[in-house]
Amino acid sequence: MTVGIPRGLFYYYYGELWLKFLDILHIPYIVSEETNQYIIDLGRHYATDEMCLSMKIYLGHIASLVGKCDVILIPRIDNFGRMNQTCTNFLAVYDIAQNIFDAKFITYDIDYLKGQTEEEAFKKLGKELGVDGETSIRSYHNALISIDYQKQKKICLNIEKLESKRLKILLVGHPYNIYDNFIGKPIIVFLEKNGIEIIYADLFHENMMEELGSKMQENLYFKYSKNLMGSIVLCEEKVDGIIFLTAFPCGIDSLVNELAFHYLKKPYIDLVMDELDSSVGLETRLESFIDILKRGAAY
Amino acid sequence: MGDYNVPIYYLLTHILHCKVQKPPKISDRTIELGNKYSPSFVCMPFKYTLGTLLESLEKGANVLLQMGGGCRYGYYYALQKEILKEEGYTFDFINLVTAGKTDVKKIIHDFKQIDTKFSILKSGYHLFITMKMIRYMDKIDIMIRKNIGFEKNKGEHIRLKKQMLSSFEKTKGYFSLFFTYLQYRKKFKNIRIQKGKCLKVGVIGELYTIMEPFANYDLEMMLSQFKIEVTRFTNATYLLFQKKKRVKKYLKRVKKYSKNRLGADALDNVGRMVYLGEKKYDGVIHIKSSFCTPEIGVMPILRRVANDYEIPLLFFSFDANTSKVGMETRLEAFYDMIEMRKKNE
Repeated sequence: MTVGIPRGLFYYYYGELWLKFLDILHIPYIVSEETNQYIIDLGRHYATDEMCLSMKIYLGHIASLVGKCDVILIPRIDNFGRMNQTCTNFLAVYDIAQNIFDAKFITYDIDYLKGQTEEEAFKKLGKELGVDGETSIRSYHNALISIDYQKQKKICLNIEKLESKRLKILLVGHPYNIYDNFIGKPIIVFLEKNGIEIIYADLFHENMMEELGSKMQENLYFKYSKNLMGSIVLCEEKVDGIIFLTAFPCGIDSLVNELAFHYLKKPYIDLVMDELDSSVGLETRLESFIDILKRGAAY
Repeated sequence: MGDYNVPIYYLLTHILHCKVQKPPKISDRTIELGNKYSPSFVCMPFKYTLGTLLESLEKGANVLLQMGGGCRYGYYYALQKEILKEEGYTFDFINLVTAGKTDVKKIIHDFKQIDTKFSILKSGYHLFITMKMIRYMDKIDIMIRKNIGFEKNKGEHIRLKKQMLSSFEKTKGYFSLFFTYLQYRKKFKNIRIQKGKCLKVGVIGELYTIMEPFANYDLEMMLSQFKIEVTRFTNATYLLFQKKKRVKKYLKRVKKYSKNRLGADALDNVGRMVYLGEKKYDGVIHIKSSFCTPEIGVMPILRRVANDYEIPLLFFSFDANTSKVGMETRLEAFYDMIEMRKKNE
């Protein structure tokens, strides 16, 4: 049985863990290719036109996998406790995909309010893949440990960058946007070409970020946004500017980013991406933003 | 929201010893104000409520109330507070629902801070009356929706409803409320109507847009002019009392399409759609404010249900700039279509 993994949304949170988990269990898998124009076109074809760009891309990835594998893995992440909820797309996408595509899907459900922890979820996933519970829990923990080193290393490097002498910019956005080939990649490439140190808002220790995030607004109850806001609280003093990267029309970001704008005192730029964006307009905006920062740093 | 300001006004005047200000009716200016200060792609209810809050602050209010729901609705108040503070107003903000749950202790604490004479026992009694009032209003509303398109003397239902609301406002206790309700129910039943075979349409969708007539450009009135019987499920009674029970029922009913909760009212809408399909309705209209994430997600599922049950489905997405004329054209076309379909059968 081949498992298909769409490269979108959840992949950027759990991708490494899944791949390791499947490796340990010796289950073959394929990951859909990097986002390209073909995938976006596919996504636009299947999605409702008002869906957010990340969701369209995700549906495109699923569509590109249909027929190439036996089952497609789409998790369902409801909440990590009452004050740690996620976007409604995260809990609906499995059912949406099931209604759009004619393929077999496997899923697991993370819902801490109902006692469905991550461990339980992976047990369920293993069961659907035909592995007994004990083995899958053991593989889950093994996978966790083996990806932990890489993760910590990334985080350390990210924190080290804060002391860099170059112009520092904090890139705030959901990882599925930042690391996406279509949305975030051009921006990262452009910034690096201009010799700017990019600090990624999602590469920090989660527990610490959660506390810091509630410092900005105590009742913020979106888990992933809370982490991003935490990084802003932590880094605002040390960076020169902040870039917000949002997919149009992200529901949570529309509120939370606006809140951050009210909180911030450093210069920031809000980049809203949709599927028609041309890279030229983007580069002009980024260039002028960098110019402003350079002036500000010189004074 | 809709006519629910009556029971809420009643509740607040009776439990608090301060001056309670009625929220101003939503007008074009409200929307303009809300639009001006809102982030660009937030959903419509945010803009509407922000506009209303701004208008009431202008009139001199200094305590604001905001509700919350299962999606980002629960987070409105945080940003609205920030925006209003930036505009230079000083006020207390009481949020009733956070992250999908009501923290009763905190609310009581908040109320005690603005009103030292606040008594829990008394407010409990008045809360009970308010809930009853909402329930009665919804019952009457269901009756009105069934008959309003077919009344002999035009405008009778609306006139009577206005009378009823104003007498509800003067309620003194539970029994007086109950008797007024009975009295008006009788009156509503006595309204002469002319009803033969008619088209039946169900209206489903996002809760704010459904319940606030200004937000959906009086869709229900428009439908009634076409002589269509409207069925609507979302009302305050449903949201306050029935939702938990119904969701379990819906989950069973829609097993084929969705096995999980989809956020906010999305699953409920799939359940209603299946129900309407089973009852062989002539059409379904799904309305939402633009950028409402849960409802956007549910649209492909609804489309599939509509295909399976062969029931016409019309989507409306409302924004501040929706024109009424364009909406009328689409409705007319929809009406023609379902009428022809009915004739061909």
